Amino acid sequence: MWNWFYKLASPPYVYRLAAVLAPWLLGGAALCIGYGLVDGLVFAPPDYQQGDAFRIIYVHAPSAWLSLSAYTLMAVAGGIGLIWRIKIGHAVAAAAAPIGASFTVLALLTGSLWGRPMWGTYWAWDPRLTSELILLFLYVGVMSLRSAFEDPGRGDRAAALLAIVGVINVPIIHYSVQWWNSLHQGATVAKFARPSMPGSMLWPLLSMLLGFMLFFGGVLCLRLRGEVLNRERQSSWVREVVRAS
Amino acid sequence: MTPRRKRLYVVLGILGGVAASVALAVMASRDNIMFYYDPSQIAAGKAPSDKRFRIGGMVVKGSVTRKPGDLQVRFVLTDFAHQVPVEYTGVLPDLFREGQGIIAHGSMSPNGAFVADEVLAKHDEKYMPPEVAASLKKKAGAKPIS
Repeated sequence: MWNWFYKLASPPYVYRLAAVLAPWLLGGAALCIGYGLVDGLVFAPPDYQQGDAFRIIYVHAPSAWLSLSAYTLMAVAGGIGLIWRIKIGHAVAAAAAPIGASFTVLALLTGSLWGRPMWGTYWAWDPRLTSELILLFLYVGVMSLRSAFEDPGRGDRAAALLAIVGVINVPIIHYSVQWWNSLHQGATVAKFARPSMPGSMLWPLLSMLLGFMLFFGGVLCLRLRGEVLNRERQSSWVREVVRAS
Repeated sequence: MTPRRKRLYVVLGILGGVAASVALAVMASRDNIMFYYDPSQIAAGKAPSDKRFRIGGMVVKGSVTRKPGDLQVRFVLTDFAHQVPVEYTGVLPDLFREGQGIIAHGSMSPNGAFVADEVLAKHDEKYMPPEVAASLKKKAGAKPIS
């Protein structure tokens, strides 16, 4: 067990492991998202108030969930790199940042498209919307900070520290709809409560969430391989890999 | 103390410090970050009288009146404790209806009505098919409403 744990800190091992995992994760993602889209967009019943417009939830909610969990993963990986000086931690954080930022953009865009017909506005300076926008700025800040230093090691450490400090925004986004009066409604699916939607609407949503997670994992593996190769380009094992290909 | 330990404590210390200051800032600015005030807060004088602000509440059933040939609407907002009359001229969002939660942006006029120039509809986190909503309504109608 510990042996495997130590192996995870070894770049060549991670490089090979990611290649094995990526197709499985992406294949699973295709299945889950395929089922979720068909069931959610075609077979799930329309909402009693919003009609068919509510179906945008099947893209909006998973994107928003992933924008938060990808950020948390990025901060934890950065922390592992920062505190224990494990290089692969920084590589994971660097690989995760653009994917998480894309999910954040997707959540903001789909939310805006949903808000226009239902709320009557594309954007409002509401606590939930504003804190999600700050999350996007944090992602952009972490990515630009990493590349702002001549010395990549210093860039990694600075980015990791910013990511860790910014993690405070994650609970703020999550609880913003409870702490303040907000235009955004509360959570439909919460961990310990019964979801406020029937199974016929819920199953495709959960499938989409799982699919988005697997997709994130798969893309992370692919990006991580590139990141590791680039970071280890001076080492002998990368030369071996390049020669073999 | 190993350097690793030290780094761990430094990072945890920074995180704790920033979390504490953000928590204090959030608590201090809670009233300012309010997206809207409800009728009870307005009755208690918490809403600004000289500035524009947002008011949120439920549209009272049967209170919506329209001026014929005009876009002007009047309705009453309630949070089931206090009520505020609202005047608005313009196009209402699709979800606007009696019994629906809405948010209006504007200011209080001297006659005690809230004059809005923007009305947003709020919806809750519950989703259900129309048939389920209809049967729930039927059940609720059969029981005496407290």
